Amino acid sequence: MRLLPSGSTALLVELDSLDDVLGLYAALAAEPPAGVVDVVPAARTVLLVTDPARTTLAAVADAVRRTTPRPDARADGDSVSLPVHYDGADLAEAADLLSMSIDELVQRHTGAEWTVAFCGFSPGFGYLAQPGAGWEVPRRSTPRTRVPPGSVALAGEFSGIYPRESPGGWQLIGRTDVAVFDLDRDPAALLRPGNRVRFEVA
Amino acid sequence: MKTLTVLATGPLTTVQDEGRPGQAALGIGRSGVCDRASAALANRLVGNPPDAAVLEVTFGGLAVRAGSDLLVVTTGARCPGAPHAAPTLLRAGAELRLGAPAGGLRSYLAVRGGIAVPPVLGSRATDVLAGLGPPVVAPGDVLPVGPPTSPPAGVDLAPVADPPAGAVTVAVLPGPRADWFGAAGWSGLVGRPWTVSSDSNRVGVRLDGVPLDRVRAGELPSEGMVRGALQVPPAGTPVLFLADHPVTGGYPVIGYVVDADVDRCAQLRPGQTLRLRGSRA
Repeated sequence: MRLLPSGSTALLVELDSLDDVLGLYAALAAEPPAGVVDVVPAARTVLLVTDPARTTLAAVADAVRRTTPRPDARADGDSVSLPVHYDGADLAEAADLLSMSIDELVQRHTGAEWTVAFCGFSPGFGYLAQPGAGWEVPRRSTPRTRVPPGSVALAGEFSGIYPRESPGGWQLIGRTDVAVFDLDRDPAALLRPGNRVRFEVA
Repeated sequence: MKTLTVLATGPLTTVQDEGRPGQAALGIGRSGVCDRASAALANRLVGNPPDAAVLEVTFGGLAVRAGSDLLVVTTGARCPGAPHAAPTLLRAGAELRLGAPAGGLRSYLAVRGGIAVPPVLGSRATDVLAGLGPPVVAPGDVLPVGPPTSPPAGVDLAPVADPPAGAVTVAVLPGPRADWFGAAGWSGLVGRPWTVSSDSNRVGVRLDGVPLDRVRAGELPSEGMVRGALQVPPAGTPVLFLADHPVTGGYPVIGYVVDADVDRCAQLRPGQTLRLRGSRA
């Protein structure tokens, strides 16, 4: 664990793996140190954002060093099932890039659980990981200016669902009718870090 | 309910408050007013709580008509035609027109009782990057004004300095990826002046100047950041992130403007010079 500076109000914790991020995030989200207003997990880091009127970066650094990560964070999260129509515009190309058939891609996408590693890009967009599964898909060389909402996509080691229409460079493999972000629902965001996701053929 | 009718908005007027802290892990950024000190002063002067919503006016041009007697004040960039830092009673039917400021970029109009549009995810802030919150204010909007919650401050005029029109110097701390640019990169960041680009907005201030070279190759996995981050995209000129910054970013952050100085950066206008003074944590 390395603590890196992030200005006068935040602290960035760098870790070795996504599993380490999930473990530390789960522990910090369950019991945030006093004066911490946001805990933001990402691929290899956890950012702690403080209210400088309520704490100091030194106190937060001490609290992080004393935190015991939750080794079981991946198995602990709530589980969500998402039915997917596997008819994305890039499905054949993604299968080619992974040197597998379309059937094989769908089987692997639905065959094992994914974990929401972190969120970002837009409200409710979860970066879903399946560690050790060997997903490694390059982004499209030219991003689309408009990706339809509900698009299920692949990029790098991640899968994700576009919450609403937006630009995007991920490979589109399908679509789901489930709204992953809905302001008329509480909570609006369906996916939170640590949640487990299983895709099903719709 | 009391109301304020919008007649004109200038280049951009949005409803803003203290934003949405605590939801960044869901991909929801904080957003909120860009110049927090000016907005807080405006609320204080009309007796609003700190979390009351105000109008953030970019480069003047806002015109409003009071639906009933309203106590109003403007702070931040001083606009001709508006009662600056001096609470004023706007009579029912009277109009308030903000001219273009001579210095600074963002003005705050606070109304006693606060702008009472429905909150979205706990806040009335418009996040222009995420597309969250109330819609951007448009001519013809009738904005609801809430009930007062405490007595007005009883101050006739708050003596605050106007945002400077010339070069601005702010303190900067090393960021998490300062090592991606080496000693030469840091010297370039703090040793040379930067010019505010016209391509700046609530997301960030783009800076033009001598590009900073990376001393290492490779891609950075996206990581969380906060307001004040100086992120360096491949072109080498930094972006100083403001209120609507993305929750995470994949380009290295070389430094951070100290939090107390970020509000002043929200008042920088295109063409203005910004100097970053190296500081220590």
